[in-house]
Amino acid sequence: MAMQRLLPTLPTSTMADHQEEQDAVLVEEVTKVFTKSRPWLPWQKGEDARTVRAVDQVSLRVKRREIIGILGSNGSGKSTLIRILSTLLIPDSGRVTIFGYDVVRDEAIVRRLINRVSVEASFFKKLSPMENLIYAARLYNLPGHLARERIVSILGRLGIGAARIKQPLEDMSRGMQQKVAIARAFLTAPVLLLLDEPTTGLDPRSKLDVQTFVRELREVHDATILLTTHDLAEAEALCDRVAIIDQGRIVALGSVDELKQEVMRQLGLNVPASMHQVFMHYTASHRITEEDILRYGSWEKAFEALEAMREEEE
Amino acid sequence: MMFNALVHRGRATYAFFERNWNLTRRYWAWEIVWLLYNIVNALSVTFIGAAAEQITGAKVKFDTNSLLLVLVIGTSVWSYLSVTFDGVTDIINMERWEGTIEYTFMAPISRFTHMVGSCLYAVAHGLLFTLIQLLVIAAFFHIDLSHANYLTALFLLLLGSISFIGFGIGAAILPLLYTEKGMQMSFIVKAVLLLVSGVYYPISVLPGWMQPLARISPATYVLEGLRAAIMQGRPLWSPEIWSCTWPLILTGLISVPASVYAFSLAERYAKRTGKLKRNG
Repeated sequence: MAMQRLLPTLPTSTMADHQEEQDAVLVEEVTKVFTKSRPWLPWQKGEDARTVRAVDQVSLRVKRREIIGILGSNGSGKSTLIRILSTLLIPDSGRVTIFGYDVVRDEAIVRRLINRVSVEASFFKKLSPMENLIYAARLYNLPGHLARERIVSILGRLGIGAARIKQPLEDMSRGMQQKVAIARAFLTAPVLLLLDEPTTGLDPRSKLDVQTFVRELREVHDATILLTTHDLAEAEALCDRVAIIDQGRIVALGSVDELKQEVMRQLGLNVPASMHQVFMHYTASHRITEEDILRYGSWEKAFEALEAMREEEE
Repeated sequence: MMFNALVHRGRATYAFFERNWNLTRRYWAWEIVWLLYNIVNALSVTFIGAAAEQITGAKVKFDTNSLLLVLVIGTSVWSYLSVTFDGVTDIINMERWEGTIEYTFMAPISRFTHMVGSCLYAVAHGLLFTLIQLLVIAAFFHIDLSHANYLTALFLLLLGSISFIGFGIGAAILPLLYTEKGMQMSFIVKAVLLLVSGVYYPISVLPGWMQPLARISPATYVLEGLRAAIMQGRPLWSPEIWSCTWPLILTGLISVPASVYAFSLAERYAKRTGKLKRNG
């Protein structure tokens, strides 16, 4: 028997104007489909045209100063959603506004409000952290002398000493490079920070450093933060609310406690579910039948098998 | 408000210039390799001119100096055009190579500012490369430059740069749209310019159907003008130079806005189709 899928809590599209002004991010019925076109050349005819519905009718409302986590399996649509918010992708349908500005129509204004840290630190690897960050600072209209002071201070707090600041980034570990990427986002003090798996590859201490910075950015700079992560503990520690995305759709949305209580109720548990159980429940459990559990030996093994099949399909 | 916007544009333009200079410094070994490659190429071509009498077996006295000048001007302009053109197409190529394209394209600056910063560096880089190349060639060959009008030469080179930038921005659309092979496709544009622009030979030797292509290439006018300036010492106001100047003004006026507009359409398309991604 397939388990029930919890419907997400979706905002209605007709909201009062004053309420809309309070929203940092408003995503309304957004869909993005990628199409791989049919090849032209005769010897490639075996390959078929393919479409992938990366984001499917997603709606989400993020309040000012909120830290919202987006959880989902690989290929679930998290990064596509972040790229739409970053103005790097134009949605096929639906509307996204950031502080009331449309990400397509008011792209130039939106870009002043946001910054993003992606899962892979995107830098000129031959350049030093200082050279990369000065470049970023100037693009965001920060004078050089002010930027230099801030760079030394932020990197110092993230554990990157003065001696490393002028060495090429390619000589640094992946974790250190990721810290520089986070420093770059903090340097420009965005009002909306998009963090796409920012702590992947960081050691536990560095993760804590980053989490402290994320909180500080909200407290000191009034920033709103949208975070995608695979680290459930991180989501639990940082996020006011969590959205779970599966196959391009938001399948659950609420505070960590609300989601735990809901899963406890649905699974008939005596104690609140763990975040692991919440994640498993919403991302795959609705497709796992008793037959699957019998076939693979356990629920976890059935989940792994289904995830592997899905990744292969993608 | 207006002043702040201008300051921001100035800072961002400088950011691209400074970044490219830093990259040149960090990739210094590559720079030396490319410089040597260009110099060796230019020397090889110029030696053909030096050996013209022996190659053709000419019995009469050959005007070697003129031939050498034609070839030196050809190799120098070609070197300048190549370095500048590559610098402009690197607006996309380098960002894809380094994996920074998404970050740069979401920065709060206009694409025009992005292009101005990159193009200014490309021109400065191209001029420096060409100057070094010329100094080396001058050490190898005794070329008579007593008639040269350097002011006209510099004017034509800078005026031609505007059109080269226009063509470079147009070519940068290819790596934007074709993430895997776009860079190689942009080389084709450069190769066609080399073929049709009379870099090493007069365009009159080209087949008739190719000659109209030569007439839309800015390199044709830069080369003709530079040869008139250096070999015959023609001043800026002479009819020979004016016949090269107005086509360059026209190609610059058309190619830059048209390329910037086409690039904006291509960027939009890339954002719709998800091609604006980090790596090919």
